[in-house]
Amino acid sequence: MALSLVTPQPRPADAAEKRLGARIAPSIAYWFAAPSILLLVATLLLPILVVVALSFTDYELGALGLSFLGFENYAALADDATFWRSLKNTAYYTVLVVPGSVLLALLLAVLISGLSRGRRFYQIAFFLPVTSTLIAMATVWKYLLHGAIGPVNHLLVFLGFPALEFFGNPDLVMPALAIIGIWQLVGFNMVLFIAGLTAIPADLYEAAAVDGMDRPWERFFTVTLPLLGPTTMFVVVTSSITAFKVFDTVAVLTRGAPQGASDVLLYVTYLEGFQYFRIGPAAAMTVIFLGIIMVLSLLQARIIERRVHY
Amino acid sequence: MPPLTLALRRLGLTPRELATHAVLLLAAFAVLFPFYWMVLTAVRPSQEVFSAGFSWLPETFVGLDNLRTALDQAPLLRFMLNGAIVCAGILVVQLLTAIPCAYALAKYEFRGRDLLFALTLFGLCVPIQVPALPLYIALAFTGLLDSYFALMLPFFLSVFAIFLFRQVFKSFPDEIIHAARLDGLSEMEILWRIVVPSAGPAIAAFAVFSITAHWNDLYWPLIVVTSKELAPPPLGMMYFADNETGANFGALMAAATLLTAPLMIIFLFAQRHFIRGVTMTGVK
Repeated sequence: MALSLVTPQPRPADAAEKRLGARIAPSIAYWFAAPSILLLVATLLLPILVVVALSFTDYELGALGLSFLGFENYAALADDATFWRSLKNTAYYTVLVVPGSVLLALLLAVLISGLSRGRRFYQIAFFLPVTSTLIAMATVWKYLLHGAIGPVNHLLVFLGFPALEFFGNPDLVMPALAIIGIWQLVGFNMVLFIAGLTAIPADLYEAAAVDGMDRPWERFFTVTLPLLGPTTMFVVVTSSITAFKVFDTVAVLTRGAPQGASDVLLYVTYLEGFQYFRIGPAAAMTVIFLGIIMVLSLLQARIIERRVHY
Repeated sequence: MPPLTLALRRLGLTPRELATHAVLLLAAFAVLFPFYWMVLTAVRPSQEVFSAGFSWLPETFVGLDNLRTALDQAPLLRFMLNGAIVCAGILVVQLLTAIPCAYALAKYEFRGRDLLFALTLFGLCVPIQVPALPLYIALAFTGLLDSYFALMLPFFLSVFAIFLFRQVFKSFPDEIIHAARLDGLSEMEILWRIVVPSAGPAIAAFAVFSITAHWNDLYWPLIVVTSKELAPPPLGMMYFADNETGANFGALMAAATLLTAPLMIIFLFAQRHFIRGVTMTGVK
């Protein structure tokens, strides 16, 4: 379907004149778009169709043939405890990371926007984790949160709390990973909030002041927060998508341990597909993953649309 | 007026602003602490890490010894070179393919344009993990696994770049294009010599974005690369951490510092572009 774009189609010349003020051979547009269309089909559209097709088969890498299974892979997943655990853990991670990274980012953005100097310094400081190599920093975090020698535990003990074995305790491993996730995401969200805050017209604050609202929190709840509504929704959905894709920290730090408490969807899919080469089930998991991401993306698209009319 | 308040006034600081600074400095300290700890551990002997207390400065300063150990144990410079090659290759192809496509979408009428744009928007939502299996199988069958090409292939197309540049090109005045055309410039020349230079800031923002994403990517290299000589930084870091059975934290942190540094330096120089890029993705 998309390939038909490459073939030049005859079309009325006035369409070209309307836009360009000159007669341009329509084939130029196709030549300009052709490399991207080729890549779009070869590295995106076709693979998606193939992954959906493979999810209905018992294909294994290296096997000579494959047979059509219908929905068997999906039915098997429905009975698979590891799969459900990975879904649950991913959802749990998302539920921890999203409020943490959004509320902190909002707080930081409001505080920074109220400053008369030093704004750039704070922006850079909080944004630095976004650009950091997560694998390297995950290794740092592993020792920061280490049960015996980690500075975080030194602090906890100093404050009179018991030391915690973050990566050894099934109840603490997801919160520990979430701390790293929040740390990496908060600066990104903060920048989005600062942009949203900059877009709020100053005369709305003046109007609020005329109405007798001169305390910061009054202004925050009557002016800032309602006008930041669309930005907040957008940041929440974007963060959910990011959190749902958690992989790196699990692959490096925990590999699902302890006792499967940190199995997440992408890690389990990765093991199934690229370690055990059971392509069929891995493809089925990928399709489910894509489905969840698409739902979140549609939500995001609707928010962007709403903002245009806002 | 008390003297302290007066002094603050002269600095342009109200007490409220001073309190804000205090809160933000504390938060910045917490966020930057992992970087501090990484560098600290990289310049002290590893047994200090195991000592019961916490010290802000190394009790024994070992300089670059840990880094030398790390470089002896793993080809860290090779990993960085791989990262540079992969990032550069990806970025060049992304720009060469996305810019003309974005220009066509922004300035030409052609049949299928709306479909192409819709597919671009769709592509924005699809993470690399979705086409990964078929791409891996295709690379396996063509014998192209474990190569620079395999590392770059899924990222040659950047739908994000197409989307971003389309927005930018759309606001380029048609009158200038028209005038250039009357002067006898070809469409190719108009695009690369007139329109693209005007989009400099957006291209810079995208470049920082792209380099960051691919320097830091672990998922795809983990899948397609098996030989150490081809590992980009995150994968190299993973090999290194795995082989470091002696728990040599000093060397590990020196390696982490080295592999993180180039990107940090790029970011510090280009942070305006980067932050602009984030803003363009979301709010605008």
